[in-house]
Amino acid sequence: MAVPLPAGSQQETAAGLSGRDRLLLLAPALLMITVFLILPLGFILVYSFLTKGTYGGVIWEFSTAAYEQFLFERDLFTDELVFHASYLQIYGRSIVQALVATTASLIIGFPTAYYIATRPPSQRNMWVFLITVPYWVNLLIRTVSMLFIVRDEGPLNTALMATGLIDQPIRIAYTDFAIGLGLVYSYLPFMVLPIYAAIERFDFRLLEAGHDLYADRWTILRQIVIPLTRPGIVAGCLLVFIPSLGSFIAPDLLGGGKNLMIGNTIALQFQSSRNWPFGSAAAIILLTLVLIVLVIFARRAQQAAVASGR
Amino acid sequence: MTTQSLRGDAVGIEQVTKIYGEGANAVAALKGVSLTIGDNEFFTLLGPSGCGKTTLLRILAGFEQVSAGKVFLFGEEIEQLPPNRRPINTVFQHYALFPHMTVEENIAFGLKRLGREPAEIRARVGEVMEIVRLGGFAHRRPGQLSGGQQQRVALARALAPQPKILLLDEPLSALDLKLRQQMRVELKQIQENTGITFIFVTHDQEEALAMSDRIAVMSQGEVQQLGTAQEIYERPNNRFVADFIGDANILAVTVLGDDDGSGYRRCRTAQGMEILCAGSGAPGSTPHVSIRPERIAIGAVGSMADGIACDVERVVYLGTNRQFLVCLADGLKLTVLVPNALRAGSELQPGDKAVIHVPPGTAQLLKD
Ligand SMILES: Nc1ncnc2c1ncn2[C@@H]1O[C@H](COP(=O)(O)OP(=O)(O)O)[C@@H](O)[C@H]1O
Ligand SMILES: [Mg+2]
Repeated sequence: MAVPLPAGSQQETAAGLSGRDRLLLLAPALLMITVFLILPLGFILVYSFLTKGTYGGVIWEFSTAAYEQFLFERDLFTDELVFHASYLQIYGRSIVQALVATTASLIIGFPTAYYIATRPPSQRNMWVFLITVPYWVNLLIRTVSMLFIVRDEGPLNTALMATGLIDQPIRIAYTDFAIGLGLVYSYLPFMVLPIYAAIERFDFRLLEAGHDLYADRWTILRQIVIPLTRPGIVAGCLLVFIPSLGSFIAPDLLGGGKNLMIGNTIALQFQSSRNWPFGSAAAIILLTLVLIVLVIFARRAQQAAVASGR
Repeated sequence: MTTQSLRGDAVGIEQVTKIYGEGANAVAALKGVSLTIGDNEFFTLLGPSGCGKTTLLRILAGFEQVSAGKVFLFGEEIEQLPPNRRPINTVFQHYALFPHMTVEENIAFGLKRLGREPAEIRARVGEVMEIVRLGGFAHRRPGQLSGGQQQRVALARALAPQPKILLLDEPLSALDLKLRQQMRVELKQIQENTGITFIFVTHDQEEALAMSDRIAVMSQGEVQQLGTAQEIYERPNNRFVADFIGDANILAVTVLGDDDGSGYRRCRTAQGMEILCAGSGAPGSTPHVSIRPERIAIGAVGSMADGIACDVERVVYLGTNRQFLVCLADGLKLTVLVPNALRAGSELQPGDKAVIHVPPGTAQLLKD
């Protein structure tokens, strides 16, 4: 995917290799991508333009019904297409949810990354390792355990009630807040790692230059650190935003499946609703959204690179 | 030294000690350094790498805290002031330009932080770009500039806010020789025209001699000698200074007598040659003396009345000068430097016999 890599990494790849060697090295990855990404995507694209079968599957007959269903409903009596916004709402809610999760991850992730990058070099690997430790446990199990912690009778509410801070359990489980919590918890490392990589490359002597020229810490952060680590920040935000947008497990378990998100909507079509073309169309629309976001950021990154003369 | 006596000086450094690390890893970078630097002075800290020059600058800039001692700025103790509150700017050795900003933005950075009006900032940026001769580069980024140009941006950026004191940490060391020589002249001129106190750090003695009002020669965290270029070159305090500044023949001698009225002391080298030395030393003591190679005269046998006979061992043609390595009858080896323009000794070849003359007082007694 065209995630803008932090500056500098492009030049280093495949240095000094001939075209044929490069192709050989790339072959396994290209094969994987073709078989497991391009082909299925092609199927989905084709399916989204077919007619749904009664018990799932598809009938090989061209139809745009799936896309119509996204925006319109067929009136039972008049058989006219009537605009309805419920799927748009689901997409809107998912986007907001993903944006909130991304922002929260950034607020937590940036200081974390900064902290790690400013440890002595010998300690940094350990911190990076610790950041990835949660990934040793299956996402489903992590999400369920989060549900266990935040539910009404869970340890969090029990502890808060025991200290007398609250006398009623706070309702967290099965709310949008819980979904956000789950998303942040799931994808935080994707925010921390690219930002860490960017800050590690940051020339900390520039901080002294800023300080010497009458800047306070806040100004230094805004004017020097953030602009120079922006590629890492952008990469982190994309890496959190994109999977959050299509996430399935967190909304399903922590949201209790009450407020549908894009991920659940798609899953639903392939399961109980047995509407494969609509599920495919919903997936294609999600993919289009993601691609639009990526293109915008790639453009921006390119403009920034041109402007800074790199 | 009292606080009172430091008033009026731009910078007062009083018994400053800096120790990095703790316990077994402790490194004493500065060991009780005391200095005063006058307003409008071009002051140079000169010493070999690792002697503590950068550490002293960083203490002045506020990036490091002293372990002991006091630092005064125009008589005020500045221990508690953070770097962004000190009217001091730094030209960093590695320039530390902001790579994402244009030349203009880099230079305007300090002025903006000081809350100056946009019109004033624009005028001042134009002015300093003029001073450092950077016209036409306003919209470039540091990555698009040569080393020399980057160096000018760093200088302009530090000059723009009109600091009371400008710290320069080996600013010329990354430039090639021609540019370095040109920048010496320019820096000196900028200092004179702006009236800003310059504290300049270098390990290059030639640079120090060429630019400074006064020089502090440092070694191993201590000031070895403080004085004008001429004082330091001609009257080195000790062996380190004599050796570090310029070339010197350093010989062990025994002081034979007190000052006999000529202002010089009669000393004898280990090999038995007697010379009249400037400086002080108790009779019977065995200090070292330094003799500058260019102060020794050389010529063919018979060219001088009171010459000392020697063998020419090596002749090196250096362009402006010719360098001879001679060996005296008693085995003492000396380096002699003669301007080629004088043509003295120009006919001498290795293996020839020659005579040298060490005028009274050219040998300087050193404290070890
Ligand atoms: N941050 C530091 N931590 C530990 N030791 C240091 C540090 N900075 C400098 N030193 C040590 O202090 C001594 C003086 O260093 P420095 O002031 O940089 O010398 P110079 O600038 O004259 O080359 C050196 O021995 C150096 O290794
Ligand atoms: Mg240094």
